[in-house]
Amino acid sequence: MSGNGLTYSEQGGEAAPELAQEAAPTVTPSTPAAFGLFSSDTKKNEDLKQMLESSKDSAKLDAMKRIVGMIAKGKNASELFPAVVKNVASKNIEIKKLVYVYLMRYAEEQQDLALLSISTFQRALKDPNQLIRASALRVLSSIRVPIIVPIMMLAIKEASSDLSPYVRKNAAHAIQKLYSLDPDQKEMLIEVIEKLLKDRSTLVAGSVVMAFEEVCPDRIDLIHKNYRKLCNLLVDVEEWGQVVIIHMLTRYARTQFVSPWKVMVDEYSENNFYESDEEQKEKDQKLKTTYTMDPDHRLLLRNTKPLLQSRNAAVVMAVAQLYWHLAPKSEAGIVSKSLVRLLRSNREVQYIVLQNIATMSIQRKGMFEPYLKSFYVRSTDPTMIKTLKLEILTNLANEANISTLLREFQTYVKSQDKQFAAATIQAIGRCATNITEVTDTCLNGLVCLLSNRDEIVVAESVVVIKKLLQTQPAHHGEIIKHMAKLLDNITVPVARASILWLIGEYCERVPKIAPDVLRKTAKSFTNEDDLVKLQILNLGAKLYLTNSKQTKLLTQYVLNLGKYDQSYDIRDRTRFIRQLIVPNEKSGALSKYAKKIFLAQKPAPLLESPFKDRDHFQLGTLSHTLNSRATGYLELSDWPEVAPDPSVRNVDVAESAKEWTGILGKPKKEKPTEKFYSESEEEEDESASTSSSGKCLESTAFSLPGKLCLQNCLVHK
Amino acid sequence: MLPARGAGPAGEAREELSGGGACVESTFGGFAPAQPGAAAAMIHSLFLINASGDIFLEKHWKSVVSRSVCDYFFEAQERASEAENVPPVIPTPHHYLLSVYRHKIFFVAVIQSEVPPLFVIEFLHRVVDTFQDYFGVCSEVIIKDNVVVVYEVLEEMLDNGFPLATESNILKELIKPPTILRTVVNTITGSTNVGDQLPTGQLSVVPWRRTGVKYTNNEAYFDVIEEIDAIIDKSGSTITAEIQGVIDACVKLTGMPDLTLSFMNPRLLDDVSFHPCVRFKRWESERILSFIPPDGNFRLLSYHVSAQNLVAIPVYVKHNISFRDGSSLGRFEITVGPKQTMGKTVEGVMVTSQMPKSVLNMTLTPSQGTHVFDPVTKLLSWDVGKINPQKLPSLKGSVSLQAGTSKPDENPTINLQFKIQQLAISGLKVNRLDMYGEKYKPFKGIKYMTKAGKFQVRT
Repeated sequence: MSGNGLTYSEQGGEAAPELAQEAAPTVTPSTPAAFGLFSSDTKKNEDLKQMLESSKDSAKLDAMKRIVGMIAKGKNASELFPAVVKNVASKNIEIKKLVYVYLMRYAEEQQDLALLSISTFQRALKDPNQLIRASALRVLSSIRVPIIVPIMMLAIKEASSDLSPYVRKNAAHAIQKLYSLDPDQKEMLIEVIEKLLKDRSTLVAGSVVMAFEEVCPDRIDLIHKNYRKLCNLLVDVEEWGQVVIIHMLTRYARTQFVSPWKVMVDEYSENNFYESDEEQKEKDQKLKTTYTMDPDHRLLLRNTKPLLQSRNAAVVMAVAQLYWHLAPKSEAGIVSKSLVRLLRSNREVQYIVLQNIATMSIQRKGMFEPYLKSFYVRSTDPTMIKTLKLEILTNLANEANISTLLREFQTYVKSQDKQFAAATIQAIGRCATNITEVTDTCLNGLVCLLSNRDEIVVAESVVVIKKLLQTQPAHHGEIIKHMAKLLDNITVPVARASILWLIGEYCERVPKIAPDVLRKTAKSFTNEDDLVKLQILNLGAKLYLTNSKQTKLLTQYVLNLGKYDQSYDIRDRTRFIRQLIVPNEKSGALSKYAKKIFLAQKPAPLLESPFKDRDHFQLGTLSHTLNSRATGYLELSDWPEVAPDPSVRNVDVAESAKEWTGILGKPKKEKPTEKFYSESEEEEDESASTSSSGKCLESTAFSLPGKLCLQNCLVHK
Repeated sequence: MLPARGAGPAGEAREELSGGGACVESTFGGFAPAQPGAAAAMIHSLFLINASGDIFLEKHWKSVVSRSVCDYFFEAQERASEAENVPPVIPTPHHYLLSVYRHKIFFVAVIQSEVPPLFVIEFLHRVVDTFQDYFGVCSEVIIKDNVVVVYEVLEEMLDNGFPLATESNILKELIKPPTILRTVVNTITGSTNVGDQLPTGQLSVVPWRRTGVKYTNNEAYFDVIEEIDAIIDKSGSTITAEIQGVIDACVKLTGMPDLTLSFMNPRLLDDVSFHPCVRFKRWESERILSFIPPDGNFRLLSYHVSAQNLVAIPVYVKHNISFRDGSSLGRFEITVGPKQTMGKTVEGVMVTSQMPKSVLNMTLTPSQGTHVFDPVTKLLSWDVGKINPQKLPSLKGSVSLQAGTSKPDENPTINLQFKIQQLAISGLKVNRLDMYGEKYKPFKGIKYMTKAGKFQVRT
């Protein structure tokens, strides 16, 4: 095989070596090294090179396919670069495409050689076939070679005024690529973005807004004039573009309109979300006097609403977050049904949607209360889905539904998935603190669980009971006694520590038992977990202060054990406690207050949702999912006190009409189409002709799609 | 002759270099490679990982991201113990990994900055759907065998990390799916799988439909499929039940047909989501589905039946499962019977149940069908088949428990699957289907089916 290759390169060397000479400086150092190290690999590649240089397209294609296979597996195919790049001008479209794939992968590493291909693309940029123009632009902008920045810039500028919207779409994509290659081009790129934002094609809209978000998200002034157009085109934009546009418009609206919540915040934030019509009207009236929504604000809400019916979960979520952040609180409820629908989808979609619902349900319970049963857990759900559903159920718990919920929780506690059972116990604890009516019931239930066979369940119950007793420090001596008995059997450190803490804290309520517990634990001290040791020390200290007659010696003993413990923390704590409770000449003024320090009334722990603090992130974002700021997260601004001048969004009517008829060539389509909307509460926002013509496109579009694009092609040819 | 042709492209390239290339060199010779900008595109790279943790395919849309980034994923996978518990979003120091798990393959997307997570997840699912559409099944072997097509498709689906063409009608025009016939033809004639014209759909307002569709037999089939999700408690009463439905269509019609489909009782539909082809306004005002269909198979509509309507539960399960303390034997008996079936036969019944860990083995005899108990996964499955109301199928026997362990806290949950042909359990009925815009008379067909969705019986 290798012999064959040699002879070939000698004979057919006319083409290849000359090329190699041109690019000599970069290629030569790499090739020999590879030769020596991976001789077997090179042999194989040698035969690929041969195929690439063959005169038959089929051989070339086979070679390219194998190379793409190598790239896909993550194998290095970079040394074939010179051989591959020669085929960039191949007549065979599949070879060409595969060469493009190769170029995009390796051009960055072999910049000088990649330059060989540039002129081919430059030529292709002028091809009469729009697909070829577009893909040339795609590849040209994807080979990250800094030297060609000016060429890219030029190509983007030209493509942005191409007659084919498909090419213009690709131009919008190229903007982002050029920007990440050379951020210095920002100013020039913004000009192109400005131009493309004016574009009326639904194909371009999503891509250019994406470029806007990446390059200059702070330049909202560029959006003003295009705002109404974007709102009106939205329904017809492809789904991915819709997501990007909706997110951008959400940010935009928060800077341009005044808050629709101001008056209502107090009345609506709580449970009275669904109330009688009369009350509603009354409030609406009150509202009208104080606040009227900007028609543009209304336009956005109205035009995004149909998208809740999208089959794309990302679009539905985008609309939901828009309503959450922008709509009057009485209207935000319409998104819940659609969000609940998404729960039928794949596990990953469920995960994200449930997270967002969890955040929503903390602030506005009413939105999801009617769908309580949709969050019931199935034994087949993955654990992460189960815990999220449980979280939401807990958020939704109120006096009316708590008994049903607790019955449901009882099933969950018995679940074979012990992690989930433990989470349920915590949820019961939260319900118990939030709804005072059921605190006792919950506590009793949890005490029953103490005799459960599963250690994790018992341990979790102990921890939760401890928290509950702290919030209700009344007369729970019985429970504490019960727990003291458990100490003999429970081995989970957290649970043991919790019991010891409880006994210490309320030692005066169980004066007979507490010293005995200390006696037992003093015996086992050396074998306990660090966590438990610390609590034994605490218990000793507290007993020493309240009942020193019985426990003085025991405590001394425990303190001595602690003094020589292996753990730094425990030695430290021992020293600290000894100084505080055992008065000697060296101990300072503090020991006088030892009792106050140890037996102070401690604030009860708050049992809160882990989703409590997530609401400062915009819903539906990666940052919200992670509960930490992701790179590139754009803060959602607060509503302005006074709305900025709304007239900036006005578009010159004559100009836009002219532009429009220019494209369509059918001016008679200008007819009012407002009746397409069933809920036309506001007629007055028909100020701009853009909105009517935009809808016009939608209503007439289906009749002449073919013609439209035909026209485009013809004009171009 | 041969060398001359071979030299063609190379010669061209050389010429250009000495012209354009030199110019570039002289003007911008001292240009230092710029740092990539702070912001980055949505989806940076994609890794496909199989069940045994091998990365068997990688694709990068921007600069290459080392596959070592997947180590963070493997860590999370180890922690999760089960594949379906791997978190879909994993943060790493410089990237974020968003993944979906389907067909025993993890599709892991690498993200560098803020992006709506559902955007990526939904896209990944679309990728899987596309593969399934192209190759019939989506498996590691199929993907490896068709790696070139996979690569070409991925290339078209994303540009710089942003979705470009995700409609399968458009994709199939750009890159034709491999068929045996086409492979043979291609090897003989040297033609390719790659289209050289921009798919017309891409530019029109009906991007989901290709132009120039021709069939000799024009047919349109619609399947109304409803699924019942339910949780039934111990005593047989319904805790929650709801009906979700879809209308899947297979439309093979010539030209640009414009269809309308109306229902006898559209009020049943409480919440709907449409294929982009459905005109939303017509639905809002007249409750009629009006659309220019894509060519081939697609999901026209998904719906949810309003919660007010009581859901008919077509089957019941009688169960008697008991474990006793101290004894290593337990009793197990279940019987399945029809309930509200509107006179139709319940078929394709399948019972599965995850037994507690302490169950060692089960000795059971079914009155019909076959059953399997896997002692490793502790999964019992019983393929029942049809339910004959005269002779109810039952499964009886004993359970042997690990000696010395205490009895399980909870009885196992029973999952049920079944099918009822020619019935939409919600009562939804299609009224008529009309076609406008074309002259021929198509063959129209409609089929109803009811299935169990997530149907669980707690015992």
